[in-house]
Amino acid sequence: MHYLLLIYSNEADAPPPPATPAEAEAYMAPWMEYTENLKTAGVYLGGDALQPTATATTITAVGKTEPVFTDGPFAETREQLGGYYLLDCKDLDEALAWGAKCPIVNYGKLEVRPVMSFD
Amino acid sequence: MGETPQQAVARLYRGHYPALVAPLIRIMGSFELAEDIVQDAFAQALTTWEAQGVPPTPIAWLRRTARNRAIDQYRRQSSWQAKSQELAQGAPENASTNFSDSVFDEDVHDDALRLIFTCCHPSLSPAAQIALTLRTVCGFTTEEAARAMLLQPATLQQRIVRAKRKIDLAKIPYTVPDLEALPGRLGTALQTIYLLFTEGYGATKGDALIRHELCEEAIRLARLLASLLPEQASIRAVLALMLLHHSRRHARTDSAGDLITLDMQDRSTWDRDLIAEALPMVELCLVTPPVSHYAIEAAISALHASAPVAAETDWPQIAALYGLLLERAGENPVIELNAAVAVAMAGQVQEGLDRLDSLDSSNALPNYHLLPAARGDLLARLGRWQDAQEAFASALTTVSNDVERRYLQKRSGEVSAKFERKTKNF
Repeated sequence: MHYLLLIYSNEADAPPPPATPAEAEAYMAPWMEYTENLKTAGVYLGGDALQPTATATTITAVGKTEPVFTDGPFAETREQLGGYYLLDCKDLDEALAWGAKCPIVNYGKLEVRPVMSFD
Repeated sequence: MGETPQQAVARLYRGHYPALVAPLIRIMGSFELAEDIVQDAFAQALTTWEAQGVPPTPIAWLRRTARNRAIDQYRRQSSWQAKSQELAQGAPENASTNFSDSVFDEDVHDDALRLIFTCCHPSLSPAAQIALTLRTVCGFTTEEAARAMLLQPATLQQRIVRAKRKIDLAKIPYTVPDLEALPGRLGTALQTIYLLFTEGYGATKGDALIRHELCEEAIRLARLLASLLPEQASIRAVLALMLLHHSRRHARTDSAGDLITLDMQDRSTWDRDLIAEALPMVELCLVTPPVSHYAIEAAISALHASAPVAAETDWPQIAALYGLLLERAGENPVIELNAAVAVAMAGQVQEGLDRLDSLDSSNALPNYHLLPAARGDLLARLGRWQDAQEAFASALTTVSNDVERRYLQKRSGEVSAKFERKTKNF
């Protein structure tokens, strides 16, 4: 069973960009370790961090004849999607146990969504 | 037995539904499918028994019917060959050969635990947990559960359907959580059970009989959990708390259905057996760390239960326990309210009133009738009749329960009589 772990946090509250490589490493360390643990456990299928929502473009053709491109995410929310992990777990409890260990839960939110299967 | 087929089905449904459905969930791996099968088996029982009479061993009949339907379901779902292949490849938990009659006798205790932990999974909303627990763990029909929860059957049914769909789609496992996750998961289950209890205990409107059953069911579930997980003290704390509340069920209302407050209750009608069962549990919980907030609440309730008359209540101790509860709960206006009342009852009426006033001005409990009601009570104790009357009048604008409204009207009448008498004397 595949689960998508959606990483949300408030971009406005995000820590300032690291000034030194040491700072960057300190910030990244728990994430690297977490990803490494997921891989070792054999549940990791993929994952990425996303550029901030300021870089987003939204496309819709609803009620239009041509797709319309708009700057920004489709909805202004208090917390923004900042990345994801795709995991292969035996059930929701395993996915939730991994989710609870994700560094984001200390300063943002993690949404765990089962991936639809078509077989 | 002199039972009609309909009565027999109703009785067996409540008594045996969980035991029939749990093993099927375990084997079929689907909550929804297992429930559909058992529902169908009961529907078939009704028609068959009406035509042929109730069989001598109705439970065995139901088990056999459910089992046969499960096997049918399998054959329909995927080809028989595919299943045999699976069997050859070593997936015996899905093989239909596992559908022997004995399936209903294996793992009975673990099945009960699995069912509770699945229905009380934190991924389901508390409302869905309660609906599912009532239907699946307690064997209430949708109509009974709806009546008990004061909901339309369609609303409740929708909640159950959504919850079951989520269990299947998100693959909420049908297992007892492992040791690492158990304390947290147990917390959710206990919260649901206690919510079930307060649902039955708190409101006095609706069908009294079935709401009373909610309390009994919550107690039954806590007893069951306590017997299955004997080393978890928090279960006994919740159980003791519910037993102590429930021991006052006959004393809480008068013949007209009016609410009687603790200090006015006829203590001879308290259920001494329940109190005797609860008191040693409370003592045990208080010395078994970690002490849950349920244990502290149970201790408060136990002090009330141990007072032969209201005047002998150990209020200083109760006030101290509320202090402990506040430390633990952080900012919780309802506990602050109770703590303030306890402080006042322990003798510091002005101190209690000051705390209620600051709670009032913080506006943490808007439209909560118990706050002005408590203020009215303390103001009356201080002889400030006019202020008391105003407080009761304010409580009356927000109270929704008829019984409590009548009580507040009575209190309001009492203080305004005093107030008028006092003004006349001038």
